[in-house]
Amino acid sequence: MTQRPATLVADARTDHSPWAVEAHDLVKTYPVGRSKPPVRALDGLSLQVRPGKVFGLLGPNGAGKSTTVRILSTLSRPDSGAVRVAGHDVLKEPAAVRHSIGLVSQKPSAAPLMTGRESLEMAARIQGLGRDAARRRTGELLDRFGLADAADRLTRTWSGGMNRKLDVAIGLVNRPAVLFLDEPTTGLDPEARAEMWAEIARMASVERTTVLLTTHYLDEADHLSDRLAIVDHGRVVAEGTPDSLKSELHGDSIVIELTDAATGADAAQRLSRVPALVDVIHEGRTVRGRTDRGATVIPAALAALEQAGVEVASATVARPSLDDVYLRHAGRTFEAVAS
Amino acid sequence: MTTLALHSALLTRRSVTALVRQPAFVAITLVQPAIWLLLFGALFESAVQIPGFGADGRSYLEYLTPGVVAMTALFSAAWAGTVYIEDMTLGVMDRMLASPVRRGAMMNGTIAYQSITAIVQTTVIIGIAYAAGARFDRPFPGIVLTFAAAVLLTVVFAALSNAVALLSRDQNSLIGISQLLSLPLAFLSSAIMDPQLAPDWIQTAATYNPLDWAVVVSREGLAAAPDWAAIWPRLGALTALAILMSWLATKAFAAYQRSV
Repeated sequence: MTQRPATLVADARTDHSPWAVEAHDLVKTYPVGRSKPPVRALDGLSLQVRPGKVFGLLGPNGAGKSTTVRILSTLSRPDSGAVRVAGHDVLKEPAAVRHSIGLVSQKPSAAPLMTGRESLEMAARIQGLGRDAARRRTGELLDRFGLADAADRLTRTWSGGMNRKLDVAIGLVNRPAVLFLDEPTTGLDPEARAEMWAEIARMASVERTTVLLTTHYLDEADHLSDRLAIVDHGRVVAEGTPDSLKSELHGDSIVIELTDAATGADAAQRLSRVPALVDVIHEGRTVRGRTDRGATVIPAALAALEQAGVEVASATVARPSLDDVYLRHAGRTFEAVAS
Repeated sequence: MTTLALHSALLTRRSVTALVRQPAFVAITLVQPAIWLLLFGALFESAVQIPGFGADGRSYLEYLTPGVVAMTALFSAAWAGTVYIEDMTLGVMDRMLASPVRRGAMMNGTIAYQSITAIVQTTVIIGIAYAAGARFDRPFPGIVLTFAAAVLLTVVFAALSNAVALLSRDQNSLIGISQLLSLPLAFLSSAIMDPQLAPDWIQTAATYNPLDWAVVVSREGLAAAPDWAAIWPRLGALTALAILMSWLATKAFAAYQRSV
């Protein structure tokens, strides 16, 4: 459908505020050894993020998400390309950018031998708050993240979820215009994850903080992002709202699990001849396709497989998921890459 | 400048706070130099009786004390970079570098922390030396010069260790390089033995060894008749090297950021 580009143009006309984050054609290579060619972590990545929104960078490990965040947050320099964050050129005015951003990297960033309160107060003082202001801001953030009771214990005695919250609180200490969250919920238990999701949603909706988060969880990207970009091999392969990306894929997706992986190729070949079933792909025991008429195609597909003597374990019809979007744009399923 | 000072103070306090929360580590830091002083002091006690040993009437313990002060300063400072490595392993280094904190303050913070450690260690060593019977002819300005030499030597090697940490980003490389440097520097000097009794090349090496400069500044300062012509050039050279190394090590942040 042509709906999405039309919306983009309309938005661009009505919204004159500059982008909160803008990256054009970023290229970044890392040397890996003498006789080997350098690894191309970013290969012409571009993205634009509107202020006050949650923007998700979705991709498997190694796709280039963290490298992008490192460049946007002044930690690393691209080989080529242009970057602006919070109205400043990242390459020319890194100091100005550092005042306007918060970075929550994948690794814990509070000193284990300090208390939560000490870590927050120190981060606040470094951001330029006076002693009293730092104390007030620390109190606010400890309350907000439910860390007040543990605030005066060394953080090495805290749980993983509490430490993660402290990392995010430290990232927010200067009320940043843009907050970078690199894999914010990796390693968290379901409860801590749900709390983190609620907090991230609140940052953008209540405080108008622009949040750029990276994740390799499809559900997280789907649930949290106002817009998202799918990153693969250092490039953005698709960009849009989660709904628009899914609705670009017409019809339903069909997933057939076989009992024997060896029959996959044969099954895929036969299924691609079933009328109204398109985009048939197989991976191991799983064969996928898309159709406008799920209810009629399923019986036909099962009949074709039975005729060929291919044993089927299960068959499902579902609305397209982000995994299907990923499959469409990256040419393989997300789970196959992530695992 | 005030921002630099504030950031330096905050980061120094962070390290000192972490240190005092590890009492076992504090104990080791203080016991180790005491062991060297008493162990070397006993082992080489009669070295001063070798003809030609420049003891100038001092006991070996009195001769050795400036040597142990300098060795302790060097060995402690050589580990300074491990703080950066820990910060890199955690997300602390990334968060700092993406915040408005000054690179110079990050360098100052660890160096100031190492200097405080060196001052405490030097105090303990001198105290133990006194308790074991050492008496110095000129405690003032000798002890002041001893502290100055220990701190300057600490700055030189803490900065070097930090630079190695930033360039190698690897704990094992840092430890390897520290160990490769520390012992030869300690032995190619007058720390525990008068180099005049050693082959010429060791004497020559000692002339260019910053650890030996610190030992000479301290030992001459404590002597009955200080040889100021030996003290000033070495003190000056230590100061110049300390400034140069701190500046170079701060530059290493840029190299670190290019490589990650």
